[in-house]
Amino acid sequence: MEILVCVKQVPETSKVEVDPVTGVLKRDGVDSKMNPYDLYALETALRIKEEVGGTVKVISMGPPQAAEVIKEAYMMGADAGVLLSDRKFAGSDVLATAYTLSQGVRKMGNIDLILCGKQTTDGDTAQVGPEMAEYLAMPHIANVIKIEKIKDASLIVEMDMPHMVEVAEIQCPCLLTVEKDIYQPRLPSYKKKLSTKDWDISMFSLHDFADQNEKNYGLNGSPTQVERIFPPAVNIDKEIWTGAGVELADKLTSKLKELKFV
Amino acid sequence: MGDICKQEYKKLDQKDIAFLLDLLGKDRVYTGTEINEDYSHDELGGISKMPEAVVEVSSTKEVAKIMEYAYEHSIPVVPRGSGTGLVGASVAIYGGIMIDLTNMNKILEVDEENLTLTVEPGVLLMEIGKFVEQYDLFYPPDPGEKSATIGGNINTNAGGMRAVKYGVTRDYVRGLTVVLPTGKILEIGGKVVKNSSGYSIKDLICGSEGTLGIVTQAVLKLLPLPKKAISLLVPFSTLERAINTVPKIIKSKSIPTAIEFMQREVIIAAEEYLGKKFPDNSADAYLLLTFDGNSKQDVEKEYDKVASICLAEGALDVYISDTDERKEAVWSARGAFLEAVKATTEMDECDVVVPRNKVAEFVNYTTELQQQLGMRVRSFGHAGDGNLHVYVLRDDLPQEEWQKKLKAVFACMYKKSVELDGLVSGEHGIGYVKKTYLFEQYGNDYMDLMLNIKLAFDPKNILNPGKVCQ
Repeated sequence: MEILVCVKQVPETSKVEVDPVTGVLKRDGVDSKMNPYDLYALETALRIKEEVGGTVKVISMGPPQAAEVIKEAYMMGADAGVLLSDRKFAGSDVLATAYTLSQGVRKMGNIDLILCGKQTTDGDTAQVGPEMAEYLAMPHIANVIKIEKIKDASLIVEMDMPHMVEVAEIQCPCLLTVEKDIYQPRLPSYKKKLSTKDWDISMFSLHDFADQNEKNYGLNGSPTQVERIFPPAVNIDKEIWTGAGVELADKLTSKLKELKFV
Repeated sequence: MGDICKQEYKKLDQKDIAFLLDLLGKDRVYTGTEINEDYSHDELGGISKMPEAVVEVSSTKEVAKIMEYAYEHSIPVVPRGSGTGLVGASVAIYGGIMIDLTNMNKILEVDEENLTLTVEPGVLLMEIGKFVEQYDLFYPPDPGEKSATIGGNINTNAGGMRAVKYGVTRDYVRGLTVVLPTGKILEIGGKVVKNSSGYSIKDLICGSEGTLGIVTQAVLKLLPLPKKAISLLVPFSTLERAINTVPKIIKSKSIPTAIEFMQREVIIAAEEYLGKKFPDNSADAYLLLTFDGNSKQDVEKEYDKVASICLAEGALDVYISDTDERKEAVWSARGAFLEAVKATTEMDECDVVVPRNKVAEFVNYTTELQQQLGMRVRSFGHAGDGNLHVYVLRDDLPQEEWQKKLKAVFACMYKKSVELDGLVSGEHGIGYVKKTYLFEQYGNDYMDLMLNIKLAFDPKNILNPGKVCQ
């Protein structure tokens, strides 16, 4: 099976501070790592490969230093990797990111299965995977908690719905986003670090894509316009009420109305 | 030598209880059936005895007043923290008053100019680490039991996993406030870095297992927080291979903060216990090393050499645990080993410490014992500092046979440790249950000296009697 895993480089800590004046993330001195959710996707891919054979490729989008996460994927067992990197991709929102990735995937040729983590720890939208699948006109399932069976041209998977688990069969090629803890991700291997030290990472830029219209990428291709980034105000006001449930529920509703939260 | 314990202690009567009630109020004094059964034992000591009264204290003064009263009336007193000890040190084997110090749990001061932290004895170890991190500071001692109190840690001179690079609890105690058995309050040491002012009473109190005085405040030494730590999980085909690699790592002059060894069976037990998978369980034995430093590059440079040594010594691979999630996956299992083994069967533990180049020999010996005596023996521990934790498991053995075999196994292990120039306890202490082995190893002159020290502090032998040296 030809498997492609989407990985992203994110700040190592979730406690990145925002400059209250400029709204810019203070990234100085903050190390990067692979998005922890992507580790589950990569582990899933490696397990499928171990079971039925094939190759595991990884794809990422970001500045040149994002090549680090591809190297890390090599240290975990990936066979090849592609980095989509172009200044024209800068400022992409979820939609433009999904579109750019879909262009990269088209360029890579035959893929049976695309795996993504369910979300990232910096953007937290959980939308890139499914949007990408829509651009690629592929069936997709989000929040997969178990790969039940791998058939010749399809997969049977369990997906986590809010109040139930749904079992579905999905035709390949398809895209899945996997939940945390689907498998325990393996650790990067030092032996592989040594043996993959000189491996290539393919770099794709806008010129490599079928659609070369700049308006579809980066800030230009992003319907989301960020007005302002700011640290949330810390609110330490609190009121504690005691009383019967019904009475408290009424009180809470009127309070929320008063605060214009509902 | 044990004679002084044969003295008669006064049983608590209504007058004594009235004194305690008057001092502390009825919410903080428990007697008879009001005493929770937990206070009769620790986590593994295998002995149990109810104290006659348990009191919750909130200040040095209260402790001093109780001690003064107890001294006057010859009532035994046992101080107690979280009760997470493993050798029965905090069990009131002569009854009397148990002073529960867990409510004295305030962090009093972080002094960034002297790099010290002043705490009350009931502060939990896990709180200290978290608290000082906010100031980019670091309290290095790292015993596995994070819910232990700092008072308990000081009293057992607890070690932990970072001892290879950073040393043990004693190395991080600068000053103590101690209530003596007579009720007098003594300030020992302080925020000073150097101290050649007479006998080091501070070092006597550290590791005294509550027999010399009651610690009611401590000044701890802090270090700047290393910004980056990376662990290596190194699989080997056999435990012998894994452990034989350790002296070579030490000889290479790299200083990991920790070198732990573990076997597959224990990892699987931890997986079952936590309901969580370990990142790898395909090999028979593992070394787990941690390196710290101020940048990823620094730490990588440091571990490169060690990774190469491991591979040259036959390691199957070297896995890198470099992010919080990865470290959590590895270290949460390591932290649960003891609980996981304990959950399966009754057991007893041997906490010997041997010179670091003798670890392999000792562990191999325990494997031989296992075969000879036909019982399960599990070990894991601090390969880097020579402190082993060997667990002898009861499984289906009938009580009598279990006791017999246990005695035999322990006698053999302690004998072996003496042969290898080791000592009875690396970090869990002597308490009540390991006394025999200490007496055997040290002999009369050494034990008499310890007993005389005890009597100098506690002429009436009322503070935690029957422990360590008596």
